Amino acid sequence: MIELIGIHRNFQVGDQMVRALDDVDLNIADGEYVSIMGPSGSGKSTLLNLIGLLDRPSHGSYRLNGQDVTSLSDSELAAVRNREIGFVFQMFHLIPRLTAAENVALPLILAGLPPEQRQPIVAGALAELHMTDRAQHKPDQLSGGQRQRVAIARAIVTQPKVLLADEPTGNLDHHSGEAVIRILEALNKRGITLIMVTHDLEMGQRARRRLRMVDGRITEAQHGAA
Amino acid sequence: MRTRDFLNLTGGSLVSHRMRSFLTALGISVGIAAVVLLTSIGEGIHKFVLAEFTQFGTTLVGINPGKTTTAGTSMGMFGTERPLTIEDAQALKRLRFARAVVPLVQGNAEVEAGNRRRRTTVYGAGPDMPEAFNMQVKSGRFLPDDDPTAPRAFAVLGSKLRHELFVGRSPLGQRVTIGGSRYRVIGVMESKGTLLGFDLDDTVYIPAARALTLFNNDTLFEIDVMYDEETPVEKVVQGIKDTLSVRHGRDDVTITTQQQMLDVLGSVLNVLTFAVAAIGGISLLVGAIGIVTIMTIAINERTNEIGLLRALGARQGQVLSLFLGEAMVLAAVGGLSGLVLGVGIATLLHAVLPALPVHIPVMYVVLAEAIAILIGLVAGVFPAYRAARMDPVEALRAE
Repeated sequence: MIELIGIHRNFQVGDQMVRALDDVDLNIADGEYVSIMGPSGSGKSTLLNLIGLLDRPSHGSYRLNGQDVTSLSDSELAAVRNREIGFVFQMFHLIPRLTAAENVALPLILAGLPPEQRQPIVAGALAELHMTDRAQHKPDQLSGGQRQRVAIARAIVTQPKVLLADEPTGNLDHHSGEAVIRILEALNKRGITLIMVTHDLEMGQRARRRLRMVDGRITEAQHGAA
Repeated sequence: MRTRDFLNLTGGSLVSHRMRSFLTALGISVGIAAVVLLTSIGEGIHKFVLAEFTQFGTTLVGINPGKTTTAGTSMGMFGTERPLTIEDAQALKRLRFARAVVPLVQGNAEVEAGNRRRRTTVYGAGPDMPEAFNMQVKSGRFLPDDDPTAPRAFAVLGSKLRHELFVGRSPLGQRVTIGGSRYRVIGVMESKGTLLGFDLDDTVYIPAARALTLFNNDTLFEIDVMYDEETPVEKVVQGIKDTLSVRHGRDDVTITTQQQMLDVLGSVLNVLTFAVAAIGGISLLVGAIGIVTIMTIAINERTNEIGLLRALGARQGQVLSLFLGEAMVLAAVGGLSGLVLGVGIATLLHAVLPALPVHIPVMYVVLAEAIAILIGLVAGVFPAYRAARMDPVEALRAE
């Protein structure tokens, strides 16, 4: 359960204060499928980064699964991120020198899981994304769609409750993008909360709950069947 | 993170940039090789010089006439030191701890044998000289235990002088003229080599009393006392001081123990070793700057990766240790290859130039590697700290 109350996020740009998020209240229940849309600079990514604990609010309160996370230390936030949240980025962010399997294993390595325990988990995540035969390939040997599937496998390898996707299809052709969205939706159907930032209206409309942001505020919220 | 994973991640990152890692490690390698090589030569010289000095044994005490003091007014005749005499040497010989006592006079004179002549160093000495200075007689015998004040005119040749004056024939029993006086050769010494530029073989030994007459001296240049190993050196010094004070009416000699000489020499040589190590240290500093540069470049290039690691749950400490680990592995590998290089060149140098003393102490080798790792640590701290403190959002956004 994600609970944001009166969230402000201000940035100092030169001598000007920019309000990236302006008094945002938002509740997202477990298992929801939420899309966040809006023009560039409206605060979509800032909101996603805050929900993903990559950033801290200037004011306001954030409760994740009932725990106030605004007061957690940097190390505690890192541990929560590792355990509870999966990220899928537009640019994939795979480490080029590591194989697909090694990239997927990274969150488990950071958590200190021994190789014999993480190997079956990594194999399972790759199998789920139909990437078993590409496990030993480096990112530059994979297509865009395959890279994003490896990135999704990495995002779910710790079995997080929340999956945050920032323009997950932004770097893919329509066919690959469609495939990636289907994978994300399938994961949501299994119970993972899916929050997706997108510019793509068609993709955004597929979410059951659609948020629109303008100037750091959520101006419109629509609910509907995906 | 587990140690194996930590090593895989740091090692993998270095291997993925082979040429860059190689060149950075090479900087440290050259530095460590320079330190090891220069220190080995410095230590070699240190050991060589000490060995040269201790070849005469470590239980020697040198007594020289005169004492270095400062007084307010002239002491007139009471301030004049008395000469060091052969009788003084005889008195010292009666001390319980004295195993060998050598009165020494040194000078330069022309030595003539048949139609060959050579200007050389003449030592006026006593019969105890071979024992005190650890010298061996090659043929014949050394100066006999004659009455020290009226010895017979015998001479013992150094090995070089023997070859210069008696080419292809035995000098034993032959006559030589030293400074106009005739002597009979009764022995030839084994070669002793050189000591700090002095050729110990290009010499002739004659009785001290005759050398005093030859050089028209009233005082010995030095008396050397070799003492019993069981006796503490302080007791030896006190015994000599007491004996000579009674004979001279006051303490007017300078007593130098072998240990004092070695201490002074040791400290001078330590400075020398430190100085050459410092010269090598400059190249290590350059290597360290190389690591800082490469790590800074690596962090700028891998900003995305840092952001990703943070997003995946890496703590700041983990990012810090990963980059610090890379710097330390680079330095450690560079250090190891530098050790191999340094030891290799030192060994090769010694093989090619056997006269060049080289000594590689294990402690220095271990220390050099520890210093290399420490350099990696220090050089890596700033870039790694910068990586750890990066804002993950900004890092992920970086191009």
